[in-house]
Amino acid sequence: MSYPIKRLLVFPLVMLGVSIFVFVAIRLVPGDAITAMLGTESGLLTPKQREALTAYFGLDQNWFVQFWRWFAGVLQGDLGISTTYGKPVMTVILEHFPLTLELAVLSMLIALAIGIPAGIYAATHKDRPSDLIVRVVAMVGQSTPSFVVGLLLVYLLSVGFGVLPEMGTFVPITEDPIANLAQMILPAITLGTAFAAAVIRMSRSAMLDILQEDYVRTARSKGIPRRRVIWRHALPNALIPVVTLSGVEFGYLLGGAVLVEQIFALPGLGRTVLDAILQRDYALVQGAVLFIAFNFMVVNLLVDLAYAALDPRIRFETK
Amino acid sequence: MSKMISKSLTTIGLAVALGTTALSGAAMAENLKVAWSQDATGLDPHKQTAFSSIRFLELMYEPLVRLDKDAKIVPALASSWEFNDEATVLTMKLDDGAKFHDGSAVTSADVKASFERILDEEVGSAARANFTAITSIDTPDEKTVVFNLDGPNVPFLTALASVNAAVVQASAIDAGTIGTEVVGSGPFKYESWTPNSNATLVANGDWHGGEVAIDGLDISVLPDETAILAALRSKQVDFALINDPFVATLIPQASGLKLAKAPVLSYHVLQLNPSRGPLTEQKVRQAISCAVDRQDVLDTALLGEGAVSGPLTMAAYATPVDELFCYTQDLDKAKALMAEAGYADGFDMSIMAATGEPPTAASEAQVLQSQLSEIGINLTIEMKELNVYVDHWLKANFDMAVALNGGKPDPYTMYNRYWTKDGNLQHVANYIDDDLDNLMAQGREETDPAKRKEIFQSFEKHLAEVSPWVWLYTGYSYAGSQDYVDGFEPTPTGSLFGLADVSLNK
Repeated sequence: MSYPIKRLLVFPLVMLGVSIFVFVAIRLVPGDAITAMLGTESGLLTPKQREALTAYFGLDQNWFVQFWRWFAGVLQGDLGISTTYGKPVMTVILEHFPLTLELAVLSMLIALAIGIPAGIYAATHKDRPSDLIVRVVAMVGQSTPSFVVGLLLVYLLSVGFGVLPEMGTFVPITEDPIANLAQMILPAITLGTAFAAAVIRMSRSAMLDILQEDYVRTARSKGIPRRRVIWRHALPNALIPVVTLSGVEFGYLLGGAVLVEQIFALPGLGRTVLDAILQRDYALVQGAVLFIAFNFMVVNLLVDLAYAALDPRIRFETK
Repeated sequence: MSKMISKSLTTIGLAVALGTTALSGAAMAENLKVAWSQDATGLDPHKQTAFSSIRFLELMYEPLVRLDKDAKIVPALASSWEFNDEATVLTMKLDDGAKFHDGSAVTSADVKASFERILDEEVGSAARANFTAITSIDTPDEKTVVFNLDGPNVPFLTALASVNAAVVQASAIDAGTIGTEVVGSGPFKYESWTPNSNATLVANGDWHGGEVAIDGLDISVLPDETAILAALRSKQVDFALINDPFVATLIPQASGLKLAKAPVLSYHVLQLNPSRGPLTEQKVRQAISCAVDRQDVLDTALLGEGAVSGPLTMAAYATPVDELFCYTQDLDKAKALMAEAGYADGFDMSIMAATGEPPTAASEAQVLQSQLSEIGINLTIEMKELNVYVDHWLKANFDMAVALNGGKPDPYTMYNRYWTKDGNLQHVANYIDDDLDNLMAQGREETDPAKRKEIFQSFEKHLAEVSPWVWLYTGYSYAGSQDYVDGFEPTPTGSLFGLADVSLNK
């Protein structure tokens, strides 16, 4: 059996595990949809009122029945109804996912566009002042939390220049690409620069390792120009760890970037899940986490397949 | 989008036609761009009790009466009202011009149906507890409503001044559309709402309360209040509601921005649980009250943004704080009381606070922790997510709690849930005595305002002395806006209803 097929067979098991875990975890946390809606005022409810609301939120059955009802729906592609939005969970997720996907792609592009050239530059100028500068910048970039970068950007732009992209009402890229990019660029830079720092460090050290390899020395001794050795012979191999790193990071980003979404008021998946947890919208929490887990697995599988494409020595054959 | 384009095209067209100079001087009606950090949690006015929901819904739905900026009861859907001498029957006349957003008149049948819905236990309205005194509702004609009560009940009128007692259409109740469709009678009509993201309301041109000067409201949810401040600075937002005093105090420092603030009825309080260990001793609770320097907590945790207060936060009833038990810190007295109770060496306890609710909760807990350590009480701070906090609180599963509780303009409506023998939340308050119970009962029945005030002042002094809780202070409600936003009056309830009077003078 080929590797990708074996990986695909594990999917349902992981999904079942995630389902059970999230289902139980969100219910173990004290408070429910009624306390989320009414706060301390829920203490004013009569037993009969409480019963009516419990039934309304579908909390009147025991956990096993609740889980079975929900899971049977999931198997048929129905993730249930979100109590906060009053819409099917799948609809809510699909409304918020494009933004998250776009943000992930944009910040990944920014990170790679800065990170790979800077990393290679540092590696090829090892121990020179320019290398040191790149390394210090990368260290600072990686150790600064993204919300600090985000808040600083917001502060500098609004106080220093009196400008800020329109916040609050999100414009999808399909409606107005320019307005959309204006809204997305700051959050993308915020997430992208933090990740660029990691890419710099990874591509620098990978490149340094590769440059020590025999085949690189051979290529150089055959008289191939240094530039060509670096870009054609060394780079593809140096990229393998960067691909792993980027794949994992991209998977995380598809789960939403809560802090950055909060600061820039972007209605992405991260905020949706956070709000769903705070409002104890069980169906939305379960559905969204399942969706995120699924994406994460798909991205990981794609990363594994990309290895094989980048490095012909890697083959996923069964013995 | 196409709407936006056509709108901006019209604006450009107008500008070209009139010449920009003609426009610059005149006050142009347009949408007010509003921002807040916490969004409504639902659209059913009878069921949503969170402050973030109430301030949104009261722009669209109306109760029979409402509170003005001085917490006085003024007409809303009812233009006049009268109690009988015993305060057992309340007769209200509806405003002749009052119409729902679909053009139909607001009638006494709608009022009756609305209150029957609130009282229907199947609906699950938390406000029901305020209206169980209703025995029947008569509707002698289309514009007259008569509430028959089970006994003398002066605070009943104040309880009506809440959007949780809003009048909705009888036909919408029958159709089961309350909570999914919004047909109110207030100054703004519902257009769209995406939870935790944005909402659009349009001005109601037929509003019986007068003319609304703006075209509507574009409301954005910006979860981070420093981002709201940034949005105000860059003129993205005209008007914003602020919770965090740290952010609010920065607003007047930015050019072109102004801050409207008003003292509120809600109160910050250190809740003791008189069913727990040493707190069962009145002397220990009194020692805590004497050990706390209220002004110091206020200055440190809230930047001094507020005023030290007793249990009654409404100006009409409040006792001057220097007449209340131990409102000046007295550590010697506190230590003596601890020793008398047998706790000269102090004890260990926990204090819970909700994360970010209010934004100052953690700092308040820290200041209290350091103040109480002076008399040997060692507090462990437990920060909890709001729902977890509420769950523990409702089960009275805490030693001490930092809380910000909502206030009401009438002492009875505000406190009967805690300090009467059959109060719904007496099991959380865990302290009651005959004096508190009797004074509340007298206050409910007394019709003479001067005598009512006397009754509630006795109530307040006694409550502060037996110290089931240690009342601290009240803060402000804050609204930041651009200089060109005129006419907003903040209220003691933190209501945004004043947006109906706002105009833009750019």
